[in-house]
Amino acid sequence: MKEYAYFPGCSLEKMAVSYHLSALETTKKLGIKLKELEDWNCCGATTYFYIDELLAYTLCARNLAIAEKTGLDVVAPCSACYKNMYFTAAHLKKDADLAEHVNFALEEDNLQYNGNVNIKHLIEVFAQDVSAEEIKSKVTRPLEGIRVAPYYGCQIVRPQKEKEDVEQPQFFEGILSAIGATPVNYPLKMRCCGGSLIISSRTAALAMVRNLLQSAVDSQATVIATACPMCQVNLECYQQQVNQEFGTNFSFPVLYFTQLIGLAFGIPPKKLGIGKEFVSIAPSLLRAGQSKD
Amino acid sequence: MTDTISFSQEVSNLLYAAEGEPLRTCIQCGTCSGTCPVAGYMDYTPRQIIALINAGNKEQVLESNTFWYCASCYHCTVRCPQKINITELMYALKRYSIWKGQHKEGLIGPTFSEAFVKMIVRGGRSFEPVLAPSYIFSLNLREMLQEVTNATELLLKGRLPVLPARIKRIDSFKRMIGRIIPMGGLE
Ligand code: SF4
Ligand code: SF4
Ligand code: SF4
Ligand code: SF4
Repeated sequence: MKEYAYFPGCSLEKMAVSYHLSALETTKKLGIKLKELEDWNCCGATTYFYIDELLAYTLCARNLAIAEKTGLDVVAPCSACYKNMYFTAAHLKKDADLAEHVNFALEEDNLQYNGNVNIKHLIEVFAQDVSAEEIKSKVTRPLEGIRVAPYYGCQIVRPQKEKEDVEQPQFFEGILSAIGATPVNYPLKMRCCGGSLIISSRTAALAMVRNLLQSAVDSQATVIATACPMCQVNLECYQQQVNQEFGTNFSFPVLYFTQLIGLAFGIPPKKLGIGKEFVSIAPSLLRAGQSKD
Repeated sequence: MTDTISFSQEVSNLLYAAEGEPLRTCIQCGTCSGTCPVAGYMDYTPRQIIALINAGNKEQVLESNTFWYCASCYHCTVRCPQKINITELMYALKRYSIWKGQHKEGLIGPTFSEAFVKMIVRGGRSFEPVLAPSYIFSLNLREMLQEVTNATELLLKGRLPVLPARIKRIDSFKRMIGRIIPMGGLE
């Protein structure tokens, strides 16, 4: 059984509880154990970096230090947490000075970080650590005929880490195909949804959401799949405001990729947090998940 | 600007592990502005802001909304032919303007970030309702109603926490932060 240290992040406790539930259910089916990090703290999203860089690194390093004690790779389902942890670890490895500063602060909490943690996004577990064959073998209700727009957003793929494809990655499509769905060509799949601007620069953010929704409609998708709580909330919960602002008429379902996998695995919708959406999912989606047994 | 360091150098010094003056290598090709999803809302596009920095027009840069409108999407950064980390530049300008207490009037970004950090420093975790009062009055009426509607709906669907989550070792957590920033500043 594969095991990972799991860093849920703040939004998964409530706002994105469906992501949390479906992540646990689907990994369990694949024989993967997600073990929640003990006493983790918020990684600060991007906000700490506005105020104080060293503070931002220290807060991430605390979680890394706790994870290091478990000897496991860390998995983060939130793209912002993932990016913060990944690059904090990378910087601490390269920069002994920074590491010393950070470790001086961590001492107060009886912690130390030695630079030995691998960080993965939850979707990378499904795309890299588990094979498409393994996923297929657990599918009991393939999502046949369901057209899904794979929304990558920003921070899973950007900034670039090594030489990976940052313009046209395909791993999300691969997962969707493995569960029998049809990944559509979604031209805006790499564009930002403006989540970090929704409070501070609302009009800009709403316009970004509108563009993404329109692109999904144009590609004749039934549902948008996301891999980040901020993207999900932004794309789903602000549709009414988008409609008010632009006179549009969107009512487009947005689910976590783990919820779609869960449906294909035959897990009862309720256990996947389905039913907590602002925009109800199309009945065809539920039917596709249930027609074959 | 003769005997002091240039604004471009000052900003470069704020970029993590930057060597020399990366902004000086900008060829003004405009790839960043063409990529940026928010460029249309900015006082100056990313390309223009770099030109202004290199020209030493500090006031104009700090007074602009450009870096507060940056969504941190890194799209410009992965495409810049000169490998300039434009996103990080935007962060650096945010920090610089918060430290100097100099930013455009009426922006919500600075208030919001400070409130967010204070909240986490106190409790270790993020709790949305605590945040609301600090920024909600700087929104206009329609925006405020939108925010309240959304919060209410999230609450009804069981998606907002009713009590703030706190980490367990909050005392040592605070001492840890105290080694980075004096608590007086944030509490
Ligand atoms: S990105 Fe957001 S939710 Fe995720 S831990 Fe970090 S701050 Fe908290
Ligand atoms: S809000 Fe934009 S920046 Fe944040 S994760 Fe979603 S797509 Fe990326
Ligand atoms: S893409 Fe790079 S080189 Fe081109 S204008 Fe922007 S910062 Fe300058
Ligand atoms: S990182 Fe900021 S400046 Fe660059 S493209 Fe995204 S929003 Fe525009």
